[in-house]
Amino acid sequence: MSELRRTPLHASHQRLGARLVEFAGYAMPVQYTSIVEEHRAVRERAGLFDVSHMGQIHLIGPGAVASTERLVTCPVASLGEGRVRYGCLCNEAGGVVDDVTVHRVSAEELFLCVNAANREKDVAWIEAHAGPEARVEDRSDATALIALQGPASEALLSRVCETPLASLRRFRFVDGKVAGVPTRIARTGYTGSDGFELYAPADRAEALWDGLLEGGEAGAPVPAGLGARDTLRLEAALPLYGHELDDDTSPLEARLDRFVKLDAGGFIGAEAIAKRRAAGHPRLLAGFVLEERGVARAGYEIAAQGEGVGVVTSGAPSPTLGKSIGLGYVPPRRAEPGTALEVRIRGRGVKARVVDTPFVRSSG
Amino acid sequence: MADTDIPDDLRYTREDEWTRVDGNRVTVGITDYAQQQLGDIVFVELPEVGKSLEQGDPFGVIESVKAVSDLYAPVSGEVVEVNDSLGESPEVVNADCYGDGWMVVIQVADASALDDLIDPVAYAQHVKERAE
Repeated sequence: MSELRRTPLHASHQRLGARLVEFAGYAMPVQYTSIVEEHRAVRERAGLFDVSHMGQIHLIGPGAVASTERLVTCPVASLGEGRVRYGCLCNEAGGVVDDVTVHRVSAEELFLCVNAANREKDVAWIEAHAGPEARVEDRSDATALIALQGPASEALLSRVCETPLASLRRFRFVDGKVAGVPTRIARTGYTGSDGFELYAPADRAEALWDGLLEGGEAGAPVPAGLGARDTLRLEAALPLYGHELDDDTSPLEARLDRFVKLDAGGFIGAEAIAKRRAAGHPRLLAGFVLEERGVARAGYEIAAQGEGVGVVTSGAPSPTLGKSIGLGYVPPRRAEPGTALEVRIRGRGVKARVVDTPFVRSSG
Repeated sequence: MADTDIPDDLRYTREDEWTRVDGNRVTVGITDYAQQQLGDIVFVELPEVGKSLEQGDPFGVIESVKAVSDLYAPVSGEVVEVNDSLGESPEVVNADCYGDGWMVVIQVADASALDDLIDPVAYAQHVKERAE
C-alpha cells in the first residue's frame, strides 16, 4: 500500500496491529481486533476512530456566510457561532455533490467537514461557486480528525480536557485543549451514539490519540476502525456518500427532508429539487430488516412478488439487533414501513420487511 | 499480523481450507489464517448431504461483516456430513476453526485426489508469501 496516502496516525495504527485497507486513496484501519467487538464497545462504552482522511474546507471573509448559504441545503445565516448543521452540497440538477457538516466559526468564517473521496471535487465546486468576498482554504492535510464515540465519551474526554463538556450540547463545538493539544471539540459524530469529533493540528495527532487512549485504567476507549464505523452508521441509518447519495440522487429521495431548506430556497439545486419532488420521486430510500438468515449487500437486487423493484445501497449484520439490516432504493409505494420485500442473494429471494429508521435508537 | 495456527496433522489447499483425512472420509474447514482474514463470520451456507462435488467446485459460502467468500471443494466426492450448527452459530468458525468450526465431510472415491493437497510447511509458506 506504499502508494496510498497516510493519515498522521499511520504509525499508531501499525503499532496497534490494525488491518489497513484502501479507502478514498488512504490506507485506513478497517479493524484492530474485530468489527463486532469494536461496534459493541462504541454502543456500550466508547471507541476511538481516526477519521483524518476527511476534509476540512474553510470559507473566510465578509462573503463567507452568503456563499455557504448558496452552497448547502441547510440554513447558514441563522447558524450561531460554535454551532454545526448537517446538509448537502447540490448541483443544479438537484443531485448531491457531497454531504457535509457546516461549522460556524465566527462572523466571517465557516468550515465544512467533507468526505475524503469527494474532497477535490468539493474544493473545485466551492471555489467555482463561492462569491468574490469569500476565500476558500482546504486545510485537510494540516488537520487531524479523531472521533471519540459512545456513551462514556464525555466522562473519558473530561479526564484529559479542562473544557466543561456537560454543557456542550449536540451539534455545538468549542475550542479547547485535549491532552495538551489545541483542539476544536465538536459534539458530533457518525455512529448514532453520543460522542465528540476532535479537530487538531496534524503534527499533534499522535499526542491527542495517545492521550485519549490512555484515558485511565478503568476502561480506555477501544480503537475502532472503518468496519465498525460503517455498521454503526448503518444502524443509525446515516447515509454514506457513494452508497445512498451521489451526483444524481436528490437529498429528498434519500429522505433528508429536514436538512433541506426548500421553502426558503436560495441554494444551488433548490429549484430542481422542488421540481423533482413535484413530479414525484421515482424511488425513495427505505430501511429494511431481513427476516431470514443472510446478508444483504450493496448492489443486490430488491424484489417484490418476484419482480425486481430496486437495489440495496448498504447492508450489514446489525450487532445490536442480531439480524441483518439494510438501506435501498425502491418505488415510493414499496418504501412504507411494513412492506414485504425480497432481497436477491445468490439467486434466492430472501424475505425482508421495510421498517422505520433509525434501526437502533441510541439513548446515550 | 497475528501468528496463525497451522496444525501439523492436517493437509491444506491454497484456497485456505484444511482437511483431515480418515480413510476415505475427508473433513473440511477453513484455516486460522482464513478466519483471521475474514474477521467476524456472520453467515455460513453449506451444501446438502448427498451432494456430489468435483475438486475446485464452489460448495458453499462464508460471509463476514465485510466480505463474501466462496468455499471450494478440496477433493472430489460426495458430501456425507454437514455441520448444521454453523447456521445458528457461524461465529464458531472464528472461535474454533479446526474443531467445532468444521464444515463438511466429503467421502472420496479415489484416494489419489488427496495428492493435490499441500502439507503444513508448504501452506505456511503460502500464508507467509501473501502476508508480505
